[in-house]
This record gives sequence, structure tokens and C-alpha cells, in this order.
Amino acid sequence: MPSLEGYLIVSVLLFGLGAFGFMARRNAILMLISIELMLNSVNLSLVAFNAYRPSAQNAGAIFALMVMAVAAAEATVGLALVIAIIRSRQTAEVDAYSDLKE
Amino acid sequence: MVGGGLAVVTLRNVIHSAIAMMICFGSLAGMYALLGAPIVAAAQVLIYLGAISVLILFAIMLTQAGDANLPAPFHPQVWFAAVTSIAVVVVVAWAVVQTDWKAAAAVAGVGVQAIAQALFTDYALPFEVISLLLLAAIIGAIYLARRPEDDERAA
Repeated sequence: MPSLEGYLIVSVLLFGLGAFGFMARRNAILMLISIELMLNSVNLSLVAFNAYRPSAQNAGAIFALMVMAVAAAEATVGLALVIAIIRSRQTAEVDAYSDLKE
Repeated sequence: MVGGGLAVVTLRNVIHSAIAMMICFGSLAGMYALLGAPIVAAAQVLIYLGAISVLILFAIMLTQAGDANLPAPFHPQVWFAAVTSIAVVVVVAWAVVQTDWKAAAAVAGVGVQAIAQALFTDYALPFEVISLLLLAAIIGAIYLARRPEDDERAA
């Protein structure tokens, strides 16, 4: 029987990986995937708290469902933006998007 | 599952990363089922494995010219990123271990019926706001994904 701490540690690890991927990768789509990883880790902690706290009255599970819906919306708009940028710029590397700097 | 997440951020080929992401999300769905929340597990499989993964794979296939001469996957600031995220993980994990959560020993299962009841009574307003947000996202995505020549024809 895993404990609440176990689930929370896994959640933290996943969040750290997502944050690392967001900061370190150069591909715009990979950065979106990293954001999804972070959202999922938060979902895991919400559901874990919900399961180990009977007083939560299912609020954690419902909030996790809401987060999933918002993540779906974010992924849709984010990928549309990324595809539009890649079409005009012919590259997925975020370092190449430096028009405002020049 | 953590191995899947690690593969997501380290693999060089974007397609491999996306498949590792699907593995990671699938095992997350298993964890939700273990936690007694079958409705969340089902939503995870439907939304992430079914919808978002396919969306991301489509985006990758639309944008990648092929895997010849892949650029270096990491930004020059990779070491700062690694140090920062490891620091965050260590601090939060330490806080998790130090805190007495007073958690119930057993997992309290979440009934599908209870969730549905709460979703349409106590959480009816957030539910409607979410549907409005999704509608706005669909419209925005269609607008962004239109080809530029359609603009000229419409103008």
C-alpha cells in the first residue's frame, strides 16, 4: 500500500522533469509537452490528496478533471500557434524566434 | 513512469519523446485507478492518451522535415535549468517528507455517481465556464490554423 508521501514524491519528480524540459529543450513542441508533464504532476498530487483525505469530498478529483479540460484547451491553442510560427519561420527551434530582438 | 518522463526530456528525436510522453501518461492513468478514482483515470486515457497525444504527434509530423541532421536538443542554458529544477525537487520533496499529513490510512474510493452529482450541482458554474473556455479555444485554434491565402481571399 503506497503512502500519500510516495505519490507526492512521484508528483514532485514529474514536475521537476517538466520544468527542466521546459527550460532546457530547444524545440517548441517539446516545450509544450513539458508543460503537459507539469500539469499532469499537479493532477497526480490533487488526486492523491483527494484519495487520502475523506474530508475533501471529491473536490480533488473534480479539480483534476477541470485541469484536464484547461490543459486540452491550452494544448489546442498552443499547438495551433506553434504550427503557425513554424510555417512562417520554417524551424521549430525557439532560439530562432528572435525578430523582436533585432 | 518517472523513467518515461525522463525519456521525454532527454531523447533527441521529438517523435520518441512524444511516445515516451504517452507511456508516462498511461502509467499516470494506472496510478489514478490505484488511487480509487476511476473516472479520472478514464478521463486521463480519453483526453491525454486519446486526444492530446494524437494532436502532438500530428503537429510533429506536420512540422518535422525528417530526422536527418537533428540539431542539438538542449539549449546552452541546460546546466542552469538542471540545477534549478533539481533544487526545486529537493526542496519540495523535503517539505513533503517533513510534513505530517495526518492522512487516512486507507484510500477512500471516489464513486462515479458522487462525482457526477457534485459536478452538476455544486460545481455547475465552473463546468459551464470550462465549456465556454473550450469553445473559445476551438475558435482560436481554427483562426490560427487558417492558411494565410484564405485571409487574402476573404479580404
